[in-house]
Amino acid sequence: MSFLAPTLSERSAPYWTGGANGQLLIGRCLRCGFWIHPPLPVCRSCRSREVGPAPASGRGTVHSWTVNRYKWAPELEPPYVIAEVELVEQPGLIVLTTVRAADITIGMEVHVEFERAGDESYVPYFVP
Amino acid sequence: MKCEQSAVINGIGHSEVGRRLMRDPLDLTAQACLAAIADAGLSADEIDGVSTYPGAQGSTLGISGAGVDQVREMLGLNLNWYTGGSELPGQLGSIVNAVLAIAGGLAQHVLCFRSLWESTAQTRTQGGRGAVVSGSTRDIFQWGHPYGAGYPTYGALAMRRYMHESGATREQLAQIAVTARRNAAGNPLAVYREPISVDDYLTARMISDPLCLLDCDVPIDGCVAVVLSRAGSQAVEAARTIRIEALGSASGSLARCAEMMWSRTNLKPADVDIAQVYDGFSIHVPLWLEALRLVPKYQTGAFIEGGSRIALDGDLPINTGGGQLSAGRLHGYGTLLEACVQLRGEGGGRQVADRPEVAAISSGIDNFSTCLLLTR
Repeated sequence: MSFLAPTLSERSAPYWTGGANGQLLIGRCLRCGFWIHPPLPVCRSCRSREVGPAPASGRGTVHSWTVNRYKWAPELEPPYVIAEVELVEQPGLIVLTTVRAADITIGMEVHVEFERAGDESYVPYFVP
Repeated sequence: MKCEQSAVINGIGHSEVGRRLMRDPLDLTAQACLAAIADAGLSADEIDGVSTYPGAQGSTLGISGAGVDQVREMLGLNLNWYTGGSELPGQLGSIVNAVLAIAGGLAQHVLCFRSLWESTAQTRTQGGRGAVVSGSTRDIFQWGHPYGAGYPTYGALAMRRYMHESGATREQLAQIAVTARRNAAGNPLAVYREPISVDDYLTARMISDPLCLLDCDVPIDGCVAVVLSRAGSQAVEAARTIRIEALGSASGSLARCAEMMWSRTNLKPADVDIAQVYDGFSIHVPLWLEALRLVPKYQTGAFIEGGSRIALDGDLPINTGGGQLSAGRLHGYGTLLEACVQLRGEGGGRQVADRPEVAAISSGIDNFSTCLLLTR
């Protein structure tokens, strides 16, 4: 399954383009190290405004998943999986994504890979 | 004195509610508002406040039939305080705003309404609901866009996670849709009134595993309006007045919302006779029942198994009018309407016997929530 090209903004671009260098770039507070996703210009933990994209390990566990069976977009033929992956860096640090695997279970360990979408994006997905 | 004691729900009203009514949303809104004002025994000239969610906007198709300015203009109202907007803790946050205006002495009689025309609007744009939720509607949805997430995707993810954590099965959770549909049979306003069985639920079309068609609420056209009046002012017969015993609101969690409400009353969860909880997707019901402490955490599956405890004649009747699943997506105000009808003893074929005294109601989910305890 291919992905739709995400809308890039200054704030979202690191997440969607870090894959060009094999990096899952997640917002991180430079002062206290708290990870922030989706990215915002303030650390919600210590309220520092010194935040920026940082490479996460790319490893996580499946928090939840679903098999979508409805054709929401003409380009995307169901069924396809949508999942939430909790990254190992921080409890509650969850990315909305997909998992490519024959069997998916909550708690399953996965790691990130990337696939091109549109001209500039590398959409993250996860595999066991 | 807590602010809740300053105001009473003095009048309730609604428009025609249905699918593809193809009616002017302003007219639907006027119909409901005039009915509520009349039910309160007031003239429109006496309304000096208006409060609504979400106000005049079109963030998604048909989400709002009218804003404050339109209602004020068409009904010829002269107001001191009014408010309409979407950044509120839950749709019933608009009721909280009315309470605050009255408690603050800024208004005596506040008209509150929730007006929708999603069914007609989506029909006109040939299935507008069937589109990938894009970043243009709400910023947060851009993160799911590349993967083809739709609104039900989020409900499905929450549902699977809840089933994993609680052990609840589809057979158990089926009772939410089945019970709502059974209750809807006694509600002339409900759009789906044909009974469904657990088997119908288990074999229903899957939208996004484990969320099926019957787990989704139904878009409608309709408006619900209420009038809140200053307690102690001239009001219609006290027998039909509904009091707000306690309110709760929160951004962080449903539990925090409920905790606020329970901290503002001497009543306890065991005192609640009926619950009208937000059911945009059926998964919202266990989440709210548990947050409200009406059912212990993760125990909703066992509690609703077989359906008897949550039936109209059960220990805790739930969504007695059919909820948003069967009565239609009145988006937070359906819970308010049904609670008031039941507390007044005017529920007709679906009236809970031994006229209930305490109703718990809620609106919203996730970072957007309100809950109220209503009494007669």
